[in-house]
Amino acid sequence: MGVRKAITGAQAAAEAMRQINPDVVVAYPITPQTPIVEEFAKYVADGVVDTEMVPVESEHSAMSAAVGAETAGARAMSATSSQGLALMWEVVAATPGLRLPIVVSLVNRALSAPINIHCDHSDVMGVTTVGWVQIFSENAQEVYENTLLAVRVAEDSRVQLPVMVNQDGFITSHAVEPVEIFDDALVEKFVGVRSLDRALLDVEHAKSVGPLVLPDHYFEFKRAQEEAMSKVFEVYREVGTELSAITGKQYPFFETYHTDDAEAVVVVLNSAAGTAKAAVDAMRAQGKRVGLLKPILFRPFPYAEIREALKDIPVIGVLDRSMDFGACAPVYSEFRNALWALGKRPAMQSYIYGLGGRDIMTTEIEAVFEELLSGKLDAEHQRYIGLRG
Amino acid sequence: MHDWFQEWFCKFCGALHGRAGQGAKSGSQLLAEAAFKEGKYIQSFPEYGSERRGAPTVSYTKIADKVLKSHEPIVTPDVVMVLDFGIMRSIMVAAGLPDTGILIVNTRVCSQEIKKLAQFSGTLYGVDATGISMELLGMDTPNVPMLGALVKLTSIVKMESIEEVLRAHFLAKIGEEKVQKNISMLRRGYEEVFK
Repeated sequence: MGVRKAITGAQAAAEAMRQINPDVVVAYPITPQTPIVEEFAKYVADGVVDTEMVPVESEHSAMSAAVGAETAGARAMSATSSQGLALMWEVVAATPGLRLPIVVSLVNRALSAPINIHCDHSDVMGVTTVGWVQIFSENAQEVYENTLLAVRVAEDSRVQLPVMVNQDGFITSHAVEPVEIFDDALVEKFVGVRSLDRALLDVEHAKSVGPLVLPDHYFEFKRAQEEAMSKVFEVYREVGTELSAITGKQYPFFETYHTDDAEAVVVVLNSAAGTAKAAVDAMRAQGKRVGLLKPILFRPFPYAEIREALKDIPVIGVLDRSMDFGACAPVYSEFRNALWALGKRPAMQSYIYGLGGRDIMTTEIEAVFEELLSGKLDAEHQRYIGLRG
Repeated sequence: MHDWFQEWFCKFCGALHGRAGQGAKSGSQLLAEAAFKEGKYIQSFPEYGSERRGAPTVSYTKIADKVLKSHEPIVTPDVVMVLDFGIMRSIMVAAGLPDTGILIVNTRVCSQEIKKLAQFSGTLYGVDATGISMELLGMDTPNVPMLGALVKLTSIVKMESIEEVLRAHFLAKIGEEKVQKNISMLRRGYEEVFK
């Protein structure tokens, strides 16, 4: 049993970081991420953690310093949002190839322009192709647990890849909710210490990091990176089982909610999944057989498991909080890919919602269910929820 | 009724309107934490715009006996509290508030003019939260007396719970004397709310 606290999603991330007690935390403030490092800076100032906290002059420097610290052998963490991630991008893309298990808390916020501080997923969806493990969180409780899980998945010798833990800007990061914080000693034992096997400062075993690799070997490096990514599934399961021993919860690749007998299923990430659960409850109360699938592990994407979970569902609506302009939306694309191999494929509809923090209401998701059940779909075009005409 | 429907039963949805710097966010959070202390499920979240002191702001509090799954904002509140009635000239604070709902305004008089401004036909309650705060603390922090008024009208939480949360939050920051003054402000709000 842990201690229940009324805290925000940002504080939940900071609580996890307190328990992880990383060697180095590097960050530059950006709304709505700022309260994470603000809270963590208090732990540093109060001597609650013995982390070296490095305030830097930009996010590009933040990720560069995290790379330096991790290369040396330290456990490093950072947090950012939107434009901050965009400015980091050069180093973010280099990190998986360097095989550095940095964990970043990403508080999802819309990308400029027009400039906007509110939630959507355009920041994270811009980096899903570069090789970070991506984990999504419905609420503050999941932010906390996913952050603990992330460190162990990232640092496992079979993986050695960076992880981003996503939460919705403001909706999760600034909302106070009950969060159960588990015992410090148990969590400390769970997260352990980072192995120094690959530490650059281990001068007895000198090595080069980040050399120029030309066409003779670059391809092989990237193939090895893909191999490491494929190992995430088994590691995630194992680490999840270990974490279960502390929390009593399960850590699946995705959560299904009333999908067993469902005639229509909605797929949606992060906080809107909670709102969708309320919509499922309301529809079920009217005798309508609908359900939800909430992706949690988005990179690597669990195609086979998703296919198995949705193979008997007649119609699926996928809700994206970002667009891939001129192409299918990112979450929708993955689900369409996953279901392609089925002999009898479900009907599908792509929806865009919530850009720049536009509210998504339970009633709007109920309307999506009604539309899916009515069969009036348009496979060729995405639809927009809550868009003003 | 199905079990899953019971889980989504929002017992109390409150909206606290004010101007940035008046404590709408912390008021909403104090209320939520008091309910949390009493074993309730809670959500407390502000609506952010461009952050600057004096701009209209609103914070929401949800209190329930079951897990709060939805993260949507409150569109049909049970109670609306207004820390600065001037914002009612530009913000429809009572939008979605049913006639059976409660509107509490920081004011010295419950005039027809305020009611008209709010476009609200239910019962309007007033509390001189600014006056109480100025008298006891020497500064305008109307959120605490407002919570006292809310407790008097709804019994949504116990006064002691808010007092405990006030102490836990502010003792280290402002010291015992000011904590006591805040508790007095809370009690004055409770006693002095009027129709």
